[in-house]
Amino acid sequence: MSSFLSASIGKKFIMSVSGLFLVLFLAVHLVVNLLLIFDDSGELYNVAANFMSTNPLIRTIEPVLGLGFLVHILWSFILEYNNWKARPVKYNKKNKSATSSWASRNMLVLGGIILVFLVIHIINFYWIIRFNPHEMNSITIGGEHMEDSYTLVADLFKHSLVYNIFYILSAILLGFHLSHGFWSAFHTLGWNNENWMNRLQIIGKVYAVIIAVGFSVIPLYFFIKF
Amino acid sequence: MADKILKKLNIKVWRQNNAADKGRFETYTIDNISGGSSFLEMLDILNNKLILEDKDPIAFDHDCREGICGTCSLFINGRAHGPDEDITTCQLHMRKFKEGETITIEPWRAASFPVIKDLVVDRTAFEKILQAGGFISVRTGGVPDANSIPIPYEDVEESMDAASCIGCGACVAACKNSSAMLFVAAKVSHLGKLPQGRVEAKQRARSMVSKMDELGFGGCTNTRACEVECPKNISITHIARLNREYLTARLSE
Repeated sequence: MSSFLSASIGKKFIMSVSGLFLVLFLAVHLVVNLLLIFDDSGELYNVAANFMSTNPLIRTIEPVLGLGFLVHILWSFILEYNNWKARPVKYNKKNKSATSSWASRNMLVLGGIILVFLVIHIINFYWIIRFNPHEMNSITIGGEHMEDSYTLVADLFKHSLVYNIFYILSAILLGFHLSHGFWSAFHTLGWNNENWMNRLQIIGKVYAVIIAVGFSVIPLYFFIKF
Repeated sequence: MADKILKKLNIKVWRQNNAADKGRFETYTIDNISGGSSFLEMLDILNNKLILEDKDPIAFDHDCREGICGTCSLFINGRAHGPDEDITTCQLHMRKFKEGETITIEPWRAASFPVIKDLVVDRTAFEKILQAGGFISVRTGGVPDANSIPIPYEDVEESMDAASCIGCGACVAACKNSSAMLFVAAKVSHLGKLPQGRVEAKQRARSMVSKMDELGFGGCTNTRACEVECPKNISITHIARLNREYLTARLSE
């Protein structure tokens, strides 16, 4: 097993499995977040957020998600270091754009910026909701007492242009990351052939656009409407 | 119609006396090159000139000069085998370059392909990968009757596509990670798609990948640069098969 984890394909297997897990997480995250713009009273979102933070199944998966992020990030550095070592003397003149897409060559750069966003994102929302809930107002919906996380999120989107620009930029970069990462993950697992190459790439690009546009729409909605 | 003549070209080329030398770029000018001459012929003409000037000629690999042996290499103006599709350097014509242009020529760059002299690199690493599993070890005996081993047409085609690999190393040179995955994948598909080679398919993928890692080639990040630069247009779908063979071999242990 240890030789599998140290082999090049073994390490990529870890990257692709953790990546696909994060792809699934993004879909769930987007669905919950879109409730922000479908109910201006905030009730729908608050009920969903309350469900996510109290449901035992979600609570159990949470540490696995943390592990997924950690593994995906750590392994990317290990792999990139190995790949960098494989060419000690670099080319003087390169024409990379003739042979490969920009996103495919810059997955680490894209991932690095997304990591910076992730840290800020966790400080802004997750940390408060999870560990400092008393910083939020309490409300009662349907007889159940819960924290008003809608106001926490909506306030930030309504008032900070800088934050909104950063948020939308990160969503777009995440889209680029996915435009290569999605099909690449399947390819690394061996689930690809002549017929599926185009299909996977199209599905990956559609998914990337849904994620990028989906997450960008939310801050735009709050900033323009309020 | 007569070929266009390139009156003047600047050739910026990597010079390195031996493996231990640090190496440097040198720029030469060359006159009156016919657009119809091959890139290697241009280097021959330049070398003639250098010899007459009592200078050391540029060392570069070449053999058949008809695109089938895989000996010629060269990273020309930022691309493996230069600015044209599905060709080796010997098949590259000078008409692909512009009058007065500076052409940059570098050797394949990879930790596993050390430079021997100037533009010549040591590609023994590929031979070592082949020795690790790129063969069929059954006794084949006499030639069997043509119809005694039925093989589906698609499998024959795919195997033959993979078998067209000439081991030139352009995939490694073009890859940003100096990965040899396309080379290994071509061998794994070429042998594994036929019944005689199927027997050892899993062991083959294991041995060749572990040798590839040991020799210091990088990992694949699916940028697809290798298949663009491959003179034989070998598809990265073979890499998907290699991943599949390798993972099923390792996960079923």
